[in-house]
Amino acid sequence: MSTTAQSPPGASAPWWRRLYDFLWEIWGIIRRPSTVFSLGTLVLAGFVAGVVFWGGFNTAMELTNREVFCTGCHEMRDNVFEDLKRTVHYSNRSGVRATCPDCHVPHEWTDKIARKMQASKEVWGHLFGHIDTREKFVDRRLELALHEWARMKANDSLECRNCHTAQSMDLSKQGPRSAEAHERYLFTGQKTCIDCHKGIAHSLPDMRGVPGWQ
Amino acid sequence: MMSRIIRMLLAALAAGAIASTALLAETFSGLRGPVPLDQIAPAPRMTPLDNSTEKRVRNYPDQPPIIPHTTEGYEIDLNSNKCLSCHARSRTGESRAPMVSITHFMDRDGQFLATISPRRYFCEQCHVPQHVVNAPVPNTFMDIDTVLERSVPEKRR
Repeated sequence: MSTTAQSPPGASAPWWRRLYDFLWEIWGIIRRPSTVFSLGTLVLAGFVAGVVFWGGFNTAMELTNREVFCTGCHEMRDNVFEDLKRTVHYSNRSGVRATCPDCHVPHEWTDKIARKMQASKEVWGHLFGHIDTREKFVDRRLELALHEWARMKANDSLECRNCHTAQSMDLSKQGPRSAEAHERYLFTGQKTCIDCHKGIAHSLPDMRGVPGWQ
Repeated sequence: MMSRIIRMLLAALAAGAIASTALLAETFSGLRGPVPLDQIAPAPRMTPLDNSTEKRVRNYPDQPPIIPHTTEGYEIDLNSNKCLSCHARSRTGESRAPMVSITHFMDRDGQFLATISPRRYFCEQCHVPQHVVNAPVPNTFMDIDTVLERSVPEKRR
C-alpha cells in the first residue's frame, strides 16, 4: 500500500487536490499566532483595512444610488424618467426635486441593502431584455407598478414620508380638498400616501381593476 | 391730361404707403398691450388656477359646470381617468365630490350604460378649470332671471 499513501505535492495530483492543499495551508497560517507582526500592528492594520473596505463598499453602493446610474439603462431613461420630467417631483416652484432613489430605495441602511439585493432581479431583467422595447415595457407596466404600490403600502409609504411628514403638514396652506382629505384619511391612519397618490411621478398603467379607479 | 391723373394717382399711392407704415409703427393699447403692431408682445405671466373648490352658479341651465379646483397633472387617457377617481358614482362616498351627471351615462340613443359613456369620457372637453384673471373684455351677459326681471319689473313671474 505504499504506492497510494501520499502523492508527492505538486507532482501529478488532480487540481482539486492541489486547491485543497493550498487552502489547508492558508488555514494553518490563519489559526497560528503571528510570529512576525506585533499585536498592535495587526489591530491597527485591521482597523484601517476595515475603514477602507467599509467606506469603499458604501461608496460603491451609493454610486448605484444616483439618477445618473438609474438612467444609464435605456429602459429607465426612455420610459419612466421621461414620465418623471413632466411632474412636480422634477420641476416645481421652489426647485427642490426628488431623484429616483429618493422614492425607490429606502434610506435606512438595512432596508437599503435588502432592496439592493432585491434589485439583482432587475439586473437579470436588464441582461435578458425583459422590457427592452417600449411595447414590452407597456405590457408589463401594470405588473411593475403593482410591485411598487405593494412595497409602499407595506412600509406605510416610507419613502414619501422621508420628505412629507404628517407632523409638518400645514393644512391651512393646502387647498381645501387636500386639507379635508388629509384630515379624514391620513391623520386618522385609515390610508397611507400611496393609496390615493398613484401616478404622481409616472404615467399610469391600465387602471381597470385597481381599487379606487375606473 | 391722362399723365397728370396717373401722376396724381401714383402720388396718392405713395402717400398711402407712407401713412400705413407710420400706422404700423404706431402703438395700440388694446388686448395686446402697448406694443407696435409689427412686433411681438411679450407673453403675459401665467396666473394660478382657481383652487377655491367653491361651487359656482351656472349662467344658464345646461352650462357645463366649471371645475373649481386645479387639475394640473391629471391624466385622462386610455389607461386611467383621474377625474373619475373622485367623481365616479362609486367613489363619491369617500371623496365627497359631486357625482358625474346621470346624463353622462347615456349613449347617444338615450340608452343608459353601466358607466360613463365613452363620448363623455374626456371631461375637459366641456368642464374647464378657471384661471384667476381680470377679464380683458367687459362681459355684458345677463342670465335669464335678470332679463325677465328687467323686461317685466312689476309682474310676478
